Amino acid sequence: MGKVHVDGRDAGGVTLYALSTCMWCKKTRDLLSKLGVSYDYVYVDLTSGAERAGLIDELRKFNPNLTFPTLVANGKVIVGYREKEIKSALGVA
Amino acid sequence: MVSDEDVEQLYQKLKEDAESAGYHLNPDRSFVMGIVRGLLTNMERFGYMACPCRLPSGVREEDLDIICPCDYRDQDLTEYGACYCALYVSERVARGEDELRPVPERRGSRQGTAQQRQVGEPKIAGLSKPVWRCRVCGYLCARDEPPEVCPICKASRERFERFM
Repeated sequence: MGKVHVDGRDAGGVTLYALSTCMWCKKTRDLLSKLGVSYDYVYVDLTSGAERAGLIDELRKFNPNLTFPTLVANGKVIVGYREKEIKSALGVA
Repeated sequence: MVSDEDVEQLYQKLKEDAESAGYHLNPDRSFVMGIVRGLLTNMERFGYMACPCRLPSGVREEDLDIICPCDYRDQDLTEYGACYCALYVSERVARGEDELRPVPERRGSRQGTAQQRQVGEPKIAGLSKPVWRCRVCGYLCARDEPPEVCPICKASRERFERFM
């Protein structure tokens, strides 16, 4: 399973690196859905082999600690579920 | 697939174990049920309950420190009022007197962890028994081998280190 696109209002480039088992990742997805923005997400724990390695390399550039959730919204990197920061990066007051 | 019944059963067990040892589960039941489901999913995947909020390597030996309850729970409870996942919370958070806040990752790189594990074995002359320390909760006991299960936090024998 690679990146999955979720349709919604265009709020710029938004990518969520997540784990399928993690509740803070789920809360982040729920917030993005509530805000109705378009985004891509990937459950890194459901990947393996070369795909996993590629995603880890990609994530390391944004968050060297490789923790989840990591949200990259319009160049801003938000590590962990931080509602205010996420809204501000998406231009939602 | 993890059944609702299994989730409920593990939830009850974790709650009882937590309360009997002075710990508290997060009062947000649906949130906790999600974490418990994650634990059982990891149990199915790896054969051990790796932290659902971290990416396990899949190799038990490398993931020992993040088998729930993780080695970092108690420090995070003290400092942030919750463990990394917020499965466990402090008494103040459980009572609603403090709010939950994001807990930064305390776990070092895997190499660092391995090095820490090898750090000396302090020896004190004259002890009649070695002293073992539970890495999860700090429980100490003086006996030939560590217990099979920590009587305080229920961590398995392999989570103990030689303390003295």
